[in-house]
Amino acid sequence: MNGKRKIIETMDITKVYGMGDISVAALNGVSITIESGEFVAIMGQSGSGKSTLMHILGCLSRPTSGQYFLDGEDVSQLDKVQLAGVRNRKIGFIFQSYNLLARTSALRNVTLPLLYDHANPKSQEEADAKAEKLLDMVGLSGRINHQPHELSGGQQQRVAVARALINDPVLVIGDEPTGNLDSRSGEEIMNLLHTLHAQGTTIVMVTHDPKIAAHTQRTINLLDGVVDTVVHNGVKNKKVQYETV
Amino acid sequence: MKLSEAAHIAWEAILKNKVRSFLTMLGIIIGVAAVIIMVAISAGTEATIQEQITSLGSNLIFVQGSMSRGGPGQPPTGGLVFDDAAAIEDGVSGVTSVVVEQNSSETVKFGDVSFDDVSILGTTSGFPSVRDMELADGRYFTDKEIDRKQKMVVLGSAIAEELFGEDDPIGQVITVGTTKLTVIGVMEEKGIVGTTDYDSYVFMPITVVFQKFTPSMFARIMGDSIRMIYVEVDPDANIDDIITQVELLLVKRHELTLDTADFTVTTQQDIISTQESTTSAFRSLLAWVAGVSLIVGGIGIMNIMLVSVTERTREIGIRQSVGATPDDIRLQFLTEALMLSIVGGLIGILVGVGGAYIFGALSDMRTVVQLSSIALAFSSAAIVGAFFGYYPANQAALLDPIEALRYE
Repeated sequence: MNGKRKIIETMDITKVYGMGDISVAALNGVSITIESGEFVAIMGQSGSGKSTLMHILGCLSRPTSGQYFLDGEDVSQLDKVQLAGVRNRKIGFIFQSYNLLARTSALRNVTLPLLYDHANPKSQEEADAKAEKLLDMVGLSGRINHQPHELSGGQQQRVAVARALINDPVLVIGDEPTGNLDSRSGEEIMNLLHTLHAQGTTIVMVTHDPKIAAHTQRTINLLDGVVDTVVHNGVKNKKVQYETV
Repeated sequence: MKLSEAAHIAWEAILKNKVRSFLTMLGIIIGVAAVIIMVAISAGTEATIQEQITSLGSNLIFVQGSMSRGGPGQPPTGGLVFDDAAAIEDGVSGVTSVVVEQNSSETVKFGDVSFDDVSILGTTSGFPSVRDMELADGRYFTDKEIDRKQKMVVLGSAIAEELFGEDDPIGQVITVGTTKLTVIGVMEEKGIVGTTDYDSYVFMPITVVFQKFTPSMFARIMGDSIRMIYVEVDPDANIDDIITQVELLLVKRHELTLDTADFTVTTQQDIISTQESTTSAFRSLLAWVAGVSLIVGGIGIMNIMLVSVTERTREIGIRQSVGATPDDIRLQFLTEALMLSIVGGLIGILVGVGGAYIFGALSDMRTVVQLSSIALAFSSAAIVGAFFGYYPANQAALLDPIEALRYE
């Protein structure tokens, strides 16, 4: 990992829901570092805080305390508008339930993030050309004008992958990306993620499925809001807190 | 997000729910159409009144008697008498002609046909000229015939048709009350002037009316009582000056002061002003009614936009996850609300203008579509859309992305 930059660096982040006596800490001091080009899984039982961590890493919410550097920028204190900008420029999401806009063509779904890129507005032609290239890459060049309900689950998720890549993100976040798919479609999506990884894309994936997590280089296991174990290439280091400075 | 993109998204959202969008717009459509039709009707009415009033002939002064009640056991006194008219004609400079009228109502009979309570108008020879009326057939009576109290009548067009149908009434003898009179003319159809339907009137020399229908024991002392004197003045003369002369002359003749005058003097201009204030009050009332329906339409838009925001929570979450800012979301929904009201406004203009023409064609009321009412209605619709669209749009903008993405 020499010469690689840190994409994610969190320092003791916490997330507390509620106030006063009935407050619940979903994250209780998580410090992780993920470098560019890594493919990492975050695992944990429900209630372990993995969704909360994913939301913070994806800039959908802010930590209660601690710092989060995304691609070298401290994003832990940004306001709603700034976070939206960070999501737009730096992050691509792949959700479990695809989250495509209904009654909207695959092409328009893929170009959606560019609509909100205020800093670098693209012409419709540029946007379409780029989206068509990505849809070709995910194997849907013949279906760019299909609407989500005309596509299979696996195809919809591939549209979502293309959408996640349209803004050249520094980080792709998958939230159980194969959770709603049959095993064959799931495998296709994992192959696609491997291809992206091979091309140098940094990918963080939240999952509860050990078989899916095994595809990655490193698995971060969460338990009760803290990092429990970190597994490298299938080697389990029990109770080793993954610390970075 | 550019406005054109927001407009495109809004248009697609409206098309996705055509029926609902139309129902939402209905309030605005009705409101806008109501404003246009109402204003068209009141403008049409106003134009009709104006025309009627000017058709009565300009440069007219109306002197109307206002009878004062007498004391206990005393006869009513005051009011205008026939000789006042001659005095005005002789004593006031700038007067070109004077016409006198007295009315009554009697039963009119011809053969088997009989009508009760027909309006009888005794006039002098200049009456058709000051009221701008023409004869369809025959002639009006002359000053000489009035002096001789000749028993002749001129019929309004409607009463002539009722009595004689297709037959020629000229030369026929009709019975008014108990007096037999010869028909010498029939008036052109005039239509309703103000509140008077001259077409159903029977016109006769005023002297005949005095003698047969309004005889008074006081007439010999005080002169024959009359209802109205029409004073036609020289167009170049100062009308206010003439009014003052007429008033001074009459109070002197009646031995009264201006404060106790037993008559009122009005001009064409007074009547026009009165009508204008009445119609403008009517018009502003209609505008308020229409305005309220626009507000109701706006509430309809707000209601549907709130439903739409809730239904599309997931969509909002997706947009937020790929980088839509609160401003982007607000713009999207505000544009949608605005577009609903603008499209509704445009349809409302079509319905309103079409409705005004159809209403004008099918009823006997005239309608004049006012461009200003179209502009007013349309801009009000847009303002209403923006005003009532803001709250739902803001609700959408304030949604938390995580909550929105979880929404089922």
